[in-house]
Amino acid sequence: MVRAAYTYFPLVLLALLWEVISRSGVISQDMLPPFSVVMRALWGLIQSGDLLSNGTASLTRAAIGFVLAVGVGALLGAGMALIPWVYRGIDPIVQIFYPLPKSALIPLVLVWFGLGDTSKTFLVFLGCLQPAILATYNGLRGVDVLLGWSARSLGATRFQVVREVMFPAALPQLLTGLRTALAFMFLLMVSSELVIATNGLGYLIGNFGDQGSYPEMFATILVVTALGFLADRGFLALSDHLLRWRP
Amino acid sequence: MSKSGFGIEIEGITHGYVPRSGKPTVALDNVSLSIAPGEFHALLGPSGCGKSTLLFLIGGFQKIQQGTIRTARGLVSEPGPDRGIVFQNFALFPWKTVIENVRYGLEKKGIKGSEAEQRAKHYIDLVHLSGFEKAFPTQLSGGMQQRAAIARTLAIDPDILLMDEPFGALDAQTRRIMQEELLTIWRGTGKTVVFVTHDVAEAVFLADRISVMSARPGRIKRLVSAEFNRSADPTIHKSPAFNDMVEQVWEMVRDEVDQARAQGH
Repeated sequence: MVRAAYTYFPLVLLALLWEVISRSGVISQDMLPPFSVVMRALWGLIQSGDLLSNGTASLTRAAIGFVLAVGVGALLGAGMALIPWVYRGIDPIVQIFYPLPKSALIPLVLVWFGLGDTSKTFLVFLGCLQPAILATYNGLRGVDVLLGWSARSLGATRFQVVREVMFPAALPQLLTGLRTALAFMFLLMVSSELVIATNGLGYLIGNFGDQGSYPEMFATILVVTALGFLADRGFLALSDHLLRWRP
Repeated sequence: MSKSGFGIEIEGITHGYVPRSGKPTVALDNVSLSIAPGEFHALLGPSGCGKSTLLFLIGGFQKIQQGTIRTARGLVSEPGPDRGIVFQNFALFPWKTVIENVRYGLEKKGIKGSEAEQRAKHYIDLVHLSGFEKAFPTQLSGGMQQRAAIARTLAIDPDILLMDEPFGALDAQTRRIMQEELLTIWRGTGKTVVFVTHDVAEAVFLADRISVMSARPGRIKRLVSAEFNRSADPTIHKSPAFNDMVEQVWEMVRDEVDQARAQGH
């Protein structure tokens, strides 16, 4: 606890600095409402239930998109790593779309899927798919071939080698890739809701901004930041647990 | 002790490959060799002589291009638990504890629960790793990891034990101890062993017979009978007969090493 307090002390300083700058009028309070005012707005959002309902809507869509992307990505990545023609078929597509910011597809997805949940879920799916494919592919490719040979000579079938040896051996790289995917999940979750949504945290941010409710807007941004941070920490803790066999 | 009168029959094996940056290479050229059941056979030669390739072909890990390899179970075409393998770098499953590693092959044989536990413990004890059942491989020294790998392979009770420079990554003292223990285990189990090494003294110490292999293309240049392994004399290394044999085999290998060097290996 002491360590954590020490590590995150700069955040306290930042909040203080924020408060002082805003109160002193260096930056207008309209543009940067004081931290204390933002906190009060946050409390209001919690009490009204707006935060909970919109947060649930966002995270549900994001989680579904993420899980689908991990499932499909693992399948495609494994196909690429294990079957040459799958690799030849998919790799060029993955490479071409690699530099494309997936948020550029938001208007297109709006046309395809409309304003409902599907459009946002699909965008999160797209954003997470690539890191999931690449992590699986690279992870499986990097597995020492001798591990598979060992398993085969111990009586494992080819399929068992993939499931029981290659995937566990690739887990460190897989988890690294999924951590990236998790960050993309938040990115696409918020950016898609900014443009096409009737609820969600991104929608709240945009809406409060349009209304000029800046304390509420800042409060929602802080919530998204905190959620992203907590998700990342949680993921790291899970990774450490799964990889406890590492030195 | 052997399960049949059949060891390993290698006939006319020729094997080539194309390295990523070079011309096609013949790793093995028309190799034939008959290994008796229960024999401890060493494949000895400079790096690049194809000795590991030959071992991997016996293991069924690589596709045989030309020729045949036959064991008691018939023609070799893919890996199987009748041929256990031990690699230089152990190839333990790092996410499994020692006992989970040893149990893996047992479970593949359908042996589960307390029987698997008992058998795994028996083999862990055999390689002197008792007390480390719950350790992960990364928590063990190289010698201990190799003990675990040997236990894992012995646990499935293969007819044939394939060993690819298994002690090459160990320090000199550990290597000597492991060699002696391997002989003890081999005498106790009567398994057929094919042991790849480039260490002449190791081959002479361990093997009934040594195939001295030539540099690329790999061929068996000479077959030498050693048979110091039948003696349990711990000072055998110092005997004149042993040293004469090492000297003699070393002379055969030296030409090959020189040739291999001339070829740039």
